[in-house]
Amino acid sequence: MEKFETYTGVGVPLRRSNVDTDQIIPAVYLKRITKTGFEDALFAAWRNDPEFVLNQPAYATGSVLFAGPDFGTGSSREHAVWALRDYGFKAVFSSKFADIFRGNSGKQGLVTGIVADEDIERIWQALESNPGLEATVNLVDKTVVVGDIRVDFEIDEYTRWRLLEGLDDIGLTLRDEKSITDFEAKRESWRPKTLPAKGA
Amino acid sequence: MTKPLTLAEKVWNDHLVVKGENGSPDLLYIDLHLVHEVTSPQAFDGLRMAGRPVRRPDLTIATEDHNTPTWDIDKPIADITSRTQIHALRSNAEEFGIRIHSLGDVEQGIVHVVGPQLGLTMPGITVVCGDSHTSTHGAFGALAMGIGTSEVEHVLATQTLPLKPFKTMAINVEGTLRAGVTAKDIILAVIAKIGTGGGQGYVLEYRGSAIRSLSMEARMTICNMSIEAGARAGMVAPDQITFDYLKGRPHAPEGADWDAAVAYWQTLPTDEGATFDAEVFLDANTLDPFVTWGTNPGQGVSLLDVVPNPGDIADPNERAAAERALEYMDLTPGTKMKDIRVDTVFLGSCTNSRIEDLRAAAAVIKGKTKAEGVRMMVVPGSARVRLQAEAEGLDQVFKEFGAEWRFAGCSMCLGMNPDQLAPGERAASTSNRNFEGRQGKGSRTHLVSPLVAAATAIRGTLSSPADLEEGN
Repeated sequence: MEKFETYTGVGVPLRRSNVDTDQIIPAVYLKRITKTGFEDALFAAWRNDPEFVLNQPAYATGSVLFAGPDFGTGSSREHAVWALRDYGFKAVFSSKFADIFRGNSGKQGLVTGIVADEDIERIWQALESNPGLEATVNLVDKTVVVGDIRVDFEIDEYTRWRLLEGLDDIGLTLRDEKSITDFEAKRESWRPKTLPAKGA
Repeated sequence: MTKPLTLAEKVWNDHLVVKGENGSPDLLYIDLHLVHEVTSPQAFDGLRMAGRPVRRPDLTIATEDHNTPTWDIDKPIADITSRTQIHALRSNAEEFGIRIHSLGDVEQGIVHVVGPQLGLTMPGITVVCGDSHTSTHGAFGALAMGIGTSEVEHVLATQTLPLKPFKTMAINVEGTLRAGVTAKDIILAVIAKIGTGGGQGYVLEYRGSAIRSLSMEARMTICNMSIEAGARAGMVAPDQITFDYLKGRPHAPEGADWDAAVAYWQTLPTDEGATFDAEVFLDANTLDPFVTWGTNPGQGVSLLDVVPNPGDIADPNERAAAERALEYMDLTPGTKMKDIRVDTVFLGSCTNSRIEDLRAAAAVIKGKTKAEGVRMMVVPGSARVRLQAEAEGLDQVFKEFGAEWRFAGCSMCLGMNPDQLAPGERAASTSNRNFEGRQGKGSRTHLVSPLVAAATAIRGTLSSPADLEEGN
């Protein structure tokens, strides 16, 4: 995972709330078994509409998304993050994210910053009146700058540290392997085991 | 004296491997990891790339469910990508030594039906699966959470998961449900009340006399949809109903283990004096059958009500969402919910495909005639449920009624297999999500209970069994 400190890219105003993961990537795309190549699946249903924001040339190369509240609700599919990432998005801003989506994002290097609704509205207006305007995301000082708008965003400290360091999750946990082994030694015998298999 | 704790806090504390410091998450041990074909291939891929083994194959089990066909299961899967995923799961299970129940196997089925059925799901354990409806298992007093594919890889490699602390919310449901009102109506009403984001950051505990009197199947229906309120998990404290359900199941503890387990399980219910971060109250006595009108599970009303007018909604975001939903659903404000005509009735999904659900629906349709032009699809949650239903003659009831009696899987709940609605088609569905396009491109979904599904199949419009009795 690459380290994330600052990033600048075209801002995209997505004027929708409750963008669930079925909209970010419809279930039909979940059948793939690879970990990359989901850029065509992002917002697939909406992209059939020529008016959709990503179909407008000024936003088509966008990489910083500004969305309404409750972004990423619904299914736990991590493909939603992969689709955003593969399309080129490095950061998403909303006033509220679904928990699972947010967790998934942090692990894939996608920044999810919480910004107040009124700030999102101001940024939407800026991006709409000046399509192609760039946004600069600074994870070090937790700010996002769009034109002359500069707002602070929230992200939990742990995820921020992980993103700044570009740390792999499993490697991090395996530093505590002895604790895991000790825990397993004390695990009660009534707790479930799938093997050996028992039939009904 | 120790601080009084909630059920969720007790289970959490008993799985702490490393206590997080300075804002880092706690590391929790995972007792049971359920795996299916859709969210696991990339996780196994990741293990292979890093040269890591599965740490505990004996705490892991796989089943094929999300995109398996529900017809012609003895033939090769026609859809190439579905076949690819299924085959990837089979070869990954073989390579990493994981138990798998494949299409055609008697233990195959929806992962959240299979775990409890085998007695693997039990109180006081942690359960994860790469599927948001893992919350189902909370019905046993387990802490059960849906996770993403990276986390699937993490659990496969370490049998642990770094998790951030949660808040607790008590959902108090007191009273007695009236005839024709079920667990599905409770949870749809709860979500309509707190919203699709209302549970975010919380583990919900369903409490109160109405919950205590529910069967395990009904509790599973409720916990299943916790995620539709945005919650991390949903739980019900274990009691005698839980123990009776578990006793004698293939993987339930036996002998001294059973006694030790029950003794521990009895310590799990929330302590007297424990505080929740939030509380919600719902009166079971006055609850009606509940159905959705919109495109998220929180957009629901009583079946006796009408399609709401977005103009009456104060919150601008919710109002806009309602307007958009009504346009998508092709509904007009003020229309009686009972006047909404459907094309298809789907009885299935991890929410409502257990034997009790099939029995309830069969009892309603028995001897009745299906509405002209309505298609009804019945998809048992597991091969075992299907066999049980057949042993009870329920398949005959469904077939005589003109319903399709299918093989087990997730099916039309998410339309990853050929079981889809056509564009513009409207369904009464016992599943859990009414999102745009969820059951097929352009599909329109009304979430309902099995009883409402059955009555709707008879009348052709959203209905409850009470409407049949009145001869309306």
